[in-house]
Amino acid sequence: MTAVEEVPISAAGNPIGFGNMKRVEDQRFVRGQGNYVDDVNLPGMLHSAILRSPFAHAKINGIDTSAAEALPGVVAVLTGAALEGIPRPSLLGDNFAWMPTLSYDTQAVLATDKVRFQGQEVAFVIATDRYIAKDALELIEVDYEPLEPVMDAKRAMDPDAPVIRDDKGQTDNSITDVHGAKTWESGNAIGTAEAIAAAEADPDCVVVTQEIMYPRVHPSPMETCASVAQMDKVTGQLTLWTTSQAPHAHRTVYAMVAGLPEHKIRVISPDVGGGFGNKVGVYPGYVLSILGSIVTGKPVKWVEDRNENLVSTSFARDYHMTGKIAATKEGKILAVDVDVLADHGAFNGVAQPTNYPAGFFHIFSGSYDYPNAHCKVTPVYTNKAPGGVAYACSFRITEAVYLIERMVDMLAAELEMDPAELRLKNLLRPEQFPYTSPTGWVYDSGQYELTMREAMRIAGYDELRREQAEKRARGEYMGIGISFFTEGVGAGPRKDMDILGLGMADGIELRVHPTGKAVLRLSVQSQGQGHETSYAQIVAHELGIAPEDIEVVHGDTDQTPFGLGTYGSRSTPVSGAAAAVVSRKVKDKARLVAAAALECSPDDLEWELGRWKVKGDPERGKTIQEIALLSHGSLELPEGVEGHLEAMTVYNPPNLTYPYGCYICVVDVDPGTGQVKVRRFIAVDDCGTRINPMIVEGQVHGGLADGIGMALMELIAFDEDGNCLGGSFMDYLLPTAMECPDYELGETVTPSPHHPIGAKGVGESATVGSPPAVVNAVVDAISPFGVRHADMPLTPANVWRAIQGRPVRVDLAVE
Amino acid sequence: MQTPAPTDYVRATSVANAIALLEEHGEEARILAGGHSLLPMMKLRIARPEMLIDINDLDELRGIRVEGDELVLGAMVTHREVLESPILSEHYAVFREAEKVIADPLVRNRGTVGGSMCQADPSEDLSALGAALRGTVVIQNSSGSRTVPLREFHEGPYETKVGPAEMLTEVRFPIRPGAGSAYEKVERRVGDWAVCSAGVFVTVKDGVVADCGIGLTAVGAEHFCAPDAEAFLIGKAPTEENLRAAAKLAGDASDPSSDQRGPADYKKHLAEELTFRALTRAAAASQGA
Ligand SMILES: Cc1cc2nc3c(=O)[nH]c(=O)nc-3n(C[C@H](O)[C@H](O)[C@H](O)COP(=O)(O)OP(=O)(O)OC[C@H]3O[C@@H](n4cnc5c(N)ncnc54)[C@H](O)[C@@H]3O)c2cc1C
Repeated sequence: MTAVEEVPISAAGNPIGFGNMKRVEDQRFVRGQGNYVDDVNLPGMLHSAILRSPFAHAKINGIDTSAAEALPGVVAVLTGAALEGIPRPSLLGDNFAWMPTLSYDTQAVLATDKVRFQGQEVAFVIATDRYIAKDALELIEVDYEPLEPVMDAKRAMDPDAPVIRDDKGQTDNSITDVHGAKTWESGNAIGTAEAIAAAEADPDCVVVTQEIMYPRVHPSPMETCASVAQMDKVTGQLTLWTTSQAPHAHRTVYAMVAGLPEHKIRVISPDVGGGFGNKVGVYPGYVLSILGSIVTGKPVKWVEDRNENLVSTSFARDYHMTGKIAATKEGKILAVDVDVLADHGAFNGVAQPTNYPAGFFHIFSGSYDYPNAHCKVTPVYTNKAPGGVAYACSFRITEAVYLIERMVDMLAAELEMDPAELRLKNLLRPEQFPYTSPTGWVYDSGQYELTMREAMRIAGYDELRREQAEKRARGEYMGIGISFFTEGVGAGPRKDMDILGLGMADGIELRVHPTGKAVLRLSVQSQGQGHETSYAQIVAHELGIAPEDIEVVHGDTDQTPFGLGTYGSRSTPVSGAAAAVVSRKVKDKARLVAAAALECSPDDLEWELGRWKVKGDPERGKTIQEIALLSHGSLELPEGVEGHLEAMTVYNPPNLTYPYGCYICVVDVDPGTGQVKVRRFIAVDDCGTRINPMIVEGQVHGGLADGIGMALMELIAFDEDGNCLGGSFMDYLLPTAMECPDYELGETVTPSPHHPIGAKGVGESATVGSPPAVVNAVVDAISPFGVRHADMPLTPANVWRAIQGRPVRVDLAVE
Repeated sequence: MQTPAPTDYVRATSVANAIALLEEHGEEARILAGGHSLLPMMKLRIARPEMLIDINDLDELRGIRVEGDELVLGAMVTHREVLESPILSEHYAVFREAEKVIADPLVRNRGTVGGSMCQADPSEDLSALGAALRGTVVIQNSSGSRTVPLREFHEGPYETKVGPAEMLTEVRFPIRPGAGSAYEKVERRVGDWAVCSAGVFVTVKDGVVADCGIGLTAVGAEHFCAPDAEAFLIGKAPTEENLRAAAKLAGDASDPSSDQRGPADYKKHLAEELTFRALTRAAAASQGA
């Protein structure tokens, strides 16, 4: 779309700035030389295993660990009762059996009174090897008294439902947020209700209502969660190698949990094999490895297996939504109202900014121009694993986009209007930006119609509709699904956003060595996003230093400044901005040094990439490399200018950035079997400036696979006894290359006006935007059978049942 | 990382040696073939044999050959060998069609015919195929061997006629000149187990069905077959109406239970629909279409 700027090429063949460049980190990954937590092996290190509850809800009457302790090779066995006996010198509680969650709730490190979900941590065995630790688990006898499990969020609201959090003195299963509220609302309740009532009464208007379930799914990173803790009793230093998307935030939480002095804690996240939000939270396993090292005086490694990862770590979604959309018969949207019952599991472990208990769900008004929107979200406890903000969800924007994009499609069906036409009628127009949404977001920039028309052009939209009509006449069922999404990413402005009181600004440091090579120290942590490459490109773009001459250091709290980590697509919007700002600080200082060397005023200098030169005399100048040496040399510097060439900054984003896009999916459905084949997938993303288009495309490819998976097969369901029905990759299905078509990508570029380089973040766009495109396509395909909606995952069985008019509750065991 | 319970391991040097080892180690010993069913169960500690007797060195259990009017597959023939066998394809398209949708290339490279039969998972694809073709298996013990029809082989889910100190050595299928065959499977995702599969052969002579076999997996059909549907078709023209009626009887032969692969009503529908589709293609193939 937009012409790519000419960028000089470095000696190593890399762009000195933005452009395609192979990922630096892949050198080690493709050679099998990545360094993950499980690769960390220390002298004398012990191994561990966690005994997990087979019940979703049960009283613990007693635990007998004597046989396990007697097994040769077992060093220690910890239980909740043992942890209750260890006093904790901290503000957050008086013993180690409980820890804080990121949402001001408490979570059991090891169960004491009751178990509250299947897979909950009950005992911790430390042994000389991993096999012995697992063998010992089988020797622990737990006396459980099973209680009625609450597996259905609706049942949890019943007055006679068993109370799950009696440990907190609760008398029901509602979740109270930090402000004391049991529900959370956003938007204009009265205006929206009035608009919908008026539309209902108006023969020229329609109102469509639909219950929509976004079922529970799991991020399933390739690397499961793990940690190695080493407590040095002499120095009091704790080093923790861990699978963390947010090492600095984790260190602070450990300081709070363990009551350890923060400066004595070092958290290292080496290579992280995928996160998707799964590695934002602090899990009991991490804390137990620390306690294990404190108790034994030896390093302790904890590595989860696949089943443990699926059943106990942070899930995503589990939103029961009821949407109402009102519009005129010409297709002008008037209002949207949403009521959500949010299943948070047994502990409120969501990881979102404090003031947003439902995350950014209230961005559900979407990409359209209408004045009235309102949502009400009610979170509840159930006997399921805790978590809730995960799987590339942009703090619940996934649920929001799914809701609005399904509602818009249902409205199109009701109006018998083409869903593309309906969207084009309502999309925000470029001149409306910055646009304040009915729920208070300020969208930064966008050219929505341009982007949508580009997607339609690539798809050959009109031709597809013709093909569909011909096929329908022959009894073949092809579907075309559109989704237009807007995200708000890059949390966030300090005045609005914090997690556990920690503001969401990011620190960064840039040091240019005397020879002009540089090191950039980041607070954010890569789990596959390619930070080591893109961040070097940002500095290259600003300073003209070749990317191969810039080392990007991340994932070690001792080596990097404070910041909140990588999730919610926040790295580029926040730390990416920080990288540009800190480079500009260095550039400004370089100007002073160059002026001193050239014996002129800094005002006489102008910048060309990599060099300050004298205005009107371009031969006279100093390259950034020359300036680096001069800064460290004997050159007399002006008053107030210190030697060396380095800077640090803390970037506080003034607003979120708002990436958006239009996706079109084409499917073929076999109505005799319910099988869906995704034939084409067109994705046009506008994420503002593209630092490395190749990495952007990689992020989009991955996200599209995620979306196809969620739409068609991924599901964590539970049976009525509380058993998790998605505990292995035989049961929790992830898509393969066979389910994913050759993606057709496009782009428009509308830079963010407030981001230093105009970038908006793209890590979650495709995961957020693609599920509704797939579902809309499938529903479109089977609409001749009268189907208007079917809940994900659209497995062959669920599609067939929808065609038969026999829809099912997808989150419970299939009956 | 999954961690199986402690176990011992020995490599058998011959079938006789493997059987002797089974006798020596008793109930807690298990044959290890491709390992693609046994090892996953061990990793989850659902299976915890104390001794694994590895039969991967036994060349006498390998190879696909024609013997008289039978196709003979050694127990250690892999899925991949079945998939790629020109001999099997020449006689029945259904081998290739079924194997293409069994698991994934990694599993097919090591998983074996004998292992699949002995695993006797209620969703095993080769069980449907074996029932459809009315194959037999050869079971050996220290006092000799016997032949058991596949339609009598299964005693229940995961249970077969192979006794404690016995091994399956061969699977045999009758050759049927002029037969057409086909396989239909619905899975939730490539590489997944069947929600339902139907494998069939049909021999059409003089415009009527002279012989046929219908196998079903994953839907609780007794011995993985649908004898009433077969009986109905014999002597009838393979018209759409007749094939539909037979397929309906195949649906009746199924007795599926609901699980995460799908509800029982859907699976019953699939048994019918997939049988119809497979019969249609097989009948056409038999008639040279
Ligand atoms: C990811 C995955 C997907 C799969 N998908 C499918 C599918 O879609 N359809 C399908 O049908 N199957 C599927 N399978 C199963 C696969 O086909 C079987 O696991 C495999 O073929 C069994 O054979 P094996 O050689 O691996 O047996 P093993 O695992 O070695 O053995 C299985 C059992 O049989 C016994 N045994 C093996 N050989 C003999 C013998 N000669 N005599 C006596 N006992 C013996 C063993 O002791 C053991 O109890 C899948 C497996 C996996 C891992």
